[in-house]
Amino acid sequence: MNFTVPTMADLAAKGESPEILFWVGCSGSFDDRAKKITRAIANILHHVGIKYAVLGTEESCTGDPAKRAGNEFLFQMQAMQNIMVLNGYSVKKIVTGCPHCFNTIKNEYPELGGTYEVIHHTQLIQQLINEGKLSVQGGAFNGKKITFHDPCYLGRGNGVYEAPREIISKLDTELVEMKRSKANGLCCGAGGAQMFKEPEHGNKDVNIERTEEALSLQPNIIATGCPFCMTMMTDGVKHKEQEKTIQVLDVAELVNQSIK
Amino acid sequence: MIANILFLILLIAGSALFTINVRKVIRNINLGKDIDRKDNPSKRLSSMIKVALGQSKMVVRPVAGILHIIVYAGFIIINIEVIEIIIDGIFGTHRVLSFMGPLYNFLIASFEFLGFGVAAACAIFLVRRNIIKIKRFWSKEITSWPRTDANLILCTEIALMTAFLTMNAADYLLQQQHYEHYISVGSFPISSSLIAPLLSGFSLPTLEMIERICWWFHIIGIVSFLNYLPYSKHFHIILAFPNVYFSNLNNKGKFTNMEAVTKEVKLMLDPNANPYAAADPNAAPVHNKFGAKDVTDLTWKQLMDAYSCTECGRCTSNCPANITGKLLSPRKIMMDTRDRLEEVGKGIDKNGKDFQDGKSLLGDYILAEELWACTSCNACVEACPVNIDPLSLIVDLRRFLVMEQSAAPQELNMVFNNIENNGAPWQFAQANRLKWTEEN
Repeated sequence: MNFTVPTMADLAAKGESPEILFWVGCSGSFDDRAKKITRAIANILHHVGIKYAVLGTEESCTGDPAKRAGNEFLFQMQAMQNIMVLNGYSVKKIVTGCPHCFNTIKNEYPELGGTYEVIHHTQLIQQLINEGKLSVQGGAFNGKKITFHDPCYLGRGNGVYEAPREIISKLDTELVEMKRSKANGLCCGAGGAQMFKEPEHGNKDVNIERTEEALSLQPNIIATGCPFCMTMMTDGVKHKEQEKTIQVLDVAELVNQSIK
Repeated sequence: MIANILFLILLIAGSALFTINVRKVIRNINLGKDIDRKDNPSKRLSSMIKVALGQSKMVVRPVAGILHIIVYAGFIIINIEVIEIIIDGIFGTHRVLSFMGPLYNFLIASFEFLGFGVAAACAIFLVRRNIIKIKRFWSKEITSWPRTDANLILCTEIALMTAFLTMNAADYLLQQQHYEHYISVGSFPISSSLIAPLLSGFSLPTLEMIERICWWFHIIGIVSFLNYLPYSKHFHIILAFPNVYFSNLNNKGKFTNMEAVTKEVKLMLDPNANPYAAADPNAAPVHNKFGAKDVTDLTWKQLMDAYSCTECGRCTSNCPANITGKLLSPRKIMMDTRDRLEEVGKGIDKNGKDFQDGKSLLGDYILAEELWACTSCNACVEACPVNIDPLSLIVDLRRFLVMEQSAAPQELNMVFNNIENNGAPWQFAQANRLKWTEEN
């Protein structure tokens, strides 16, 4: 990357604190595809000049997969250690690219002593556009047909349906909706710790069912806002041998390629 | 006079039996653990008005939704007529409320339209279930009894409405002939045109008999139906209201915090904690279980959910796991919970409060394979027209599997190890968390 990503430790050493903490998440840190989304988000933050920082090596799993799988002990161990770090830096506001981290920190950390203003990156981008701090143009995606796949923990879990759609609508694209969208959206199959295990016995994989639905609209791009959905939908498109014609992109990547 | 006494006995016995059975249901629901759902009464009330009274989630599926609203409105409004039936029955009067004049005519006419609407909607529902065989009414958990239950309810409603309209038709014909006490009151737009022509050949005493038989059938039917409710999925007509009122107000993505765990984790993380310290004698009694194995480990709200389920299957037909052929069906989770709770309730009736039958919800009713198929996507919670939360049960049962039995799938145990050792579900070192900045 052509700029340095500041860490909380760096800023603290200088006696400074950022306006917003960028919580990267495990996928965003380690998954090769998700790392590209992380870089897109960082680039947007850098571009608008907002004062941000990451925890870097001080970040650890939020505990989401443990909690969904029923391991409350492990979840709370993770949560309390993270809260100690976050409170140690007096963090007030957090943005994250992962709806699972978003949901966990926003909803489940307060009862354990960690209360922050938590937003998803699509919400931050929408705010930046609305405030005129970030301007985008269709350009790369002009006239492209895009369908948005709602991540469960962003949509149904927390009622965020409009932010990603409003952003997409600013890119001079044609936004087409799947029959199962927003509150009725169909899961990609990764939530509830399914990401990390083989699916139970059935007659189809959930991501194939969802990909087929998306493909029936013949979009150029399937957009989403979650690294797990990204994996599942990318695998689905590959399974259907459509990866040469259909891209799966995060909303942050769409925006990063459209900055005016 | 004998008729009035018989009527009164029917009414009192019917209400008494209903009260006894409802008290049993309440007793069973109270076997659940405590959970505070009394906060924010104004928000709860408005949600109840919108979702239960206003049927807002029913119309997400317009055909079933609108037909259901007809039956629901008909059911509630036509019950005003029951007030008159009860007064007439006790005092031997006939159409006692007719003194209201034009308002009475308006009411009777609207009952007629609604009654016809209810019968027609129920007939369409029967067709959807038994002839079109809509998939969600024929899935695995909808065995012979749930199907019979549904058909019984629909047929009873059609029979009640037919009796009501036939009673009116006979009354209308008797009124026209100025027969005995059948004074000209009421307005009968449906029965006079649809049913009266079929009865016009009968003599006046026969018509009177028909009118009386229908009147008795209607009230006996209502009292019997009332007493059928606690045994049936149809109990939702009562529980829908409290169930929505007490439903979860938090974001759906938020899972409950387990305070018992918080205490232990705090102790583990506190460098000043003395692990050998004697327990505080004033401390609350130690919990005996993490998560839920049986119905008594669930909260009263989760048990109320089970009694509120009318087995419509919207949850299951929206469940990604079920759609793709997995064993999980959120509706089955709720039906199993109710069945098991009834079993426990009957056991308590027979053997007293502390009875054990060696069975449990987890294992004997719900299998681990069902639970591990859940993606926790909340589609079932969103789909439920009465705000039932099957996901919360699934999670509590998973908690028991993982924390009490260490029975997580092997891959998840590896995930737990990774999170514990290197702070990520995969085997990557925490020290490498900034590697993404070094690439392009």
